[in-house]
Amino acid sequence: MIDTVVSGILPDEWWATIARLSNLAAAALFIVGIKMLGSPATARRGNWLAAVGMAMAIGVTLLDRSAVNYGALVLTLAIGSVIGLVAAKRVAMTDMPQMVGLLNGLGGAASALVAAAEYWRITNLGEPVAADTAVTVIAGLLIGGITLTGSFMAFAKLQGLVTGAPITFPLQQPVNLGLLAAFIGGSAYLLMHPGDLTMMWVLTAIALVQGVMVVLPIGGADTPVVISVLNSLSGLAASAAGFVLGNEMLVIAGALVGASGLILTQIMCKAMNRSLTNVLFGAFGSGATTAGEGATGEANGNQVVRSIDPEEGAMMLGYARSVAIVPGYGMAVAQAQHAVRELADQLQRMGVEVRYAIHPVAGRMPGHMNVLLAEANVPYSQLCDLDDINPDFDQVDVALVIGANDVVNPDARDNPHSPIYGMPILEVDRAKHTIVIKRSMNPGFAGLDNALFYDDKTMMLFGGAKEKVSELVTSVKDLS
Amino acid sequence: MSETLVTGLVVFVLASFVGFEIINKVPPTLHTPLMSGANAISGIAVVGAILAGGAAHLNGPTILGLVAIVLAMVNVVGGFWVTDRMLQMFKK
Repeated sequence: MIDTVVSGILPDEWWATIARLSNLAAAALFIVGIKMLGSPATARRGNWLAAVGMAMAIGVTLLDRSAVNYGALVLTLAIGSVIGLVAAKRVAMTDMPQMVGLLNGLGGAASALVAAAEYWRITNLGEPVAADTAVTVIAGLLIGGITLTGSFMAFAKLQGLVTGAPITFPLQQPVNLGLLAAFIGGSAYLLMHPGDLTMMWVLTAIALVQGVMVVLPIGGADTPVVISVLNSLSGLAASAAGFVLGNEMLVIAGALVGASGLILTQIMCKAMNRSLTNVLFGAFGSGATTAGEGATGEANGNQVVRSIDPEEGAMMLGYARSVAIVPGYGMAVAQAQHAVRELADQLQRMGVEVRYAIHPVAGRMPGHMNVLLAEANVPYSQLCDLDDINPDFDQVDVALVIGANDVVNPDARDNPHSPIYGMPILEVDRAKHTIVIKRSMNPGFAGLDNALFYDDKTMMLFGGAKEKVSELVTSVKDLS
Repeated sequence: MSETLVTGLVVFVLASFVGFEIINKVPPTLHTPLMSGANAISGIAVVGAILAGGAAHLNGPTILGLVAIVLAMVNVVGGFWVTDRMLQMFKK
């Protein structure tokens, strides 16, 4: 239809040139868009530029001469768009890690399907599949498949459908190695028997199982790293699909996403002082670390925990000069961000200086706390990262820790035997006083006891984050 | 290796370097939006899906392509939209 109109007006070679130039422009828009996403002032426009690039890429592909089945194309494009739109509008900000996880998975799935479809198409033609194509198809199936089930597994853990603790079982490593060997063997078979459709499906199935297996042993606290890695993989999967089709556009866009995901991964790993290998294969917080847990638990066995009620907490906060709020995953779970904002507002009205201290891996994805506080209208100028706030903790009168644990554990700095030793922490123990809002004395996701809770200057305020912060707000109001 | 594959590798490596260069020093506030925005871009697989799903005959490969279009479009539209929703909230 449109196709015949366009190719009727323009000679084919012209059309091919125009399509390539349009793709070049789209790639440029992606690059500029991502660049602008890196600065608060331009981020929103950057996102739109990238979206325009995507629209151009889709539009020019629809005009391609090989696209003829317009009814089905328009229908599927519309279905996907509507689902995406509804999901994006409805999702709560607290559920953003799950949302990003799901979207990653769908991108990976689409890339794997494209690779599979192309391989199937060629075998249907009865032509031999070139070795080059077979290799790229295998890469696409592997990366896309792992991205799909890995992301869904991460989603299930975040959503609480599966326990957030590391899941390990006997012979886990041998099983994983077996899967890897099976995949390599299957790939070799596919290269020697080009056109074997069954083996392609077998390889797909293995990749899907591998995705589940990779994410199973990873604990909740390590989720920010996993989400970044999956983000990177979703880009590489798109690149692989681009190699399969010989489409530069896909290769470029995928490589950009792969790079951005890798950078975030590096930032997250650095914030935990762990290597990527250790995060992915260490099963952190399970068997390997129980020894450490027992040791610190005993050491703290005779120590006293000081508990206070909201009224006392409010007195400490209301008469402070400087307060630092340290949010963690507990704030997200309790959806306490609005109550926290209210408390900060009230304190500021009373002349207290309030800042938020944000650890890079607090929460379940990169920037998780920032998103939640932004939702509660906290200006981002009040958010301080590690390097900004740590030198200032000496001058902070009260550090208010809300549902954070491992990121404020002084053992990471002081105890060389602690599994998290070397991880940069928010040094709240250097503040004059610390109030910790926490449900109970249960250890955090890393399964470690926290020396901070036994510190002379630390007061525990036991209860749910939302409830306790609201009570603090009421009590602080009564002070004035 | 074929010419196409080599060209692809050249483009891939150069684009990766570009990616590393432009995303250098992203403030923590933007970590999530950067991730979800980049994620939406990875939905570019939709282009491959259209090529696979747009063929005249409705057979196995075409159906895979059409399914891929739906999944990729959820990723694209959902990704860009949710990123915009987040960025809308960030203010000075």
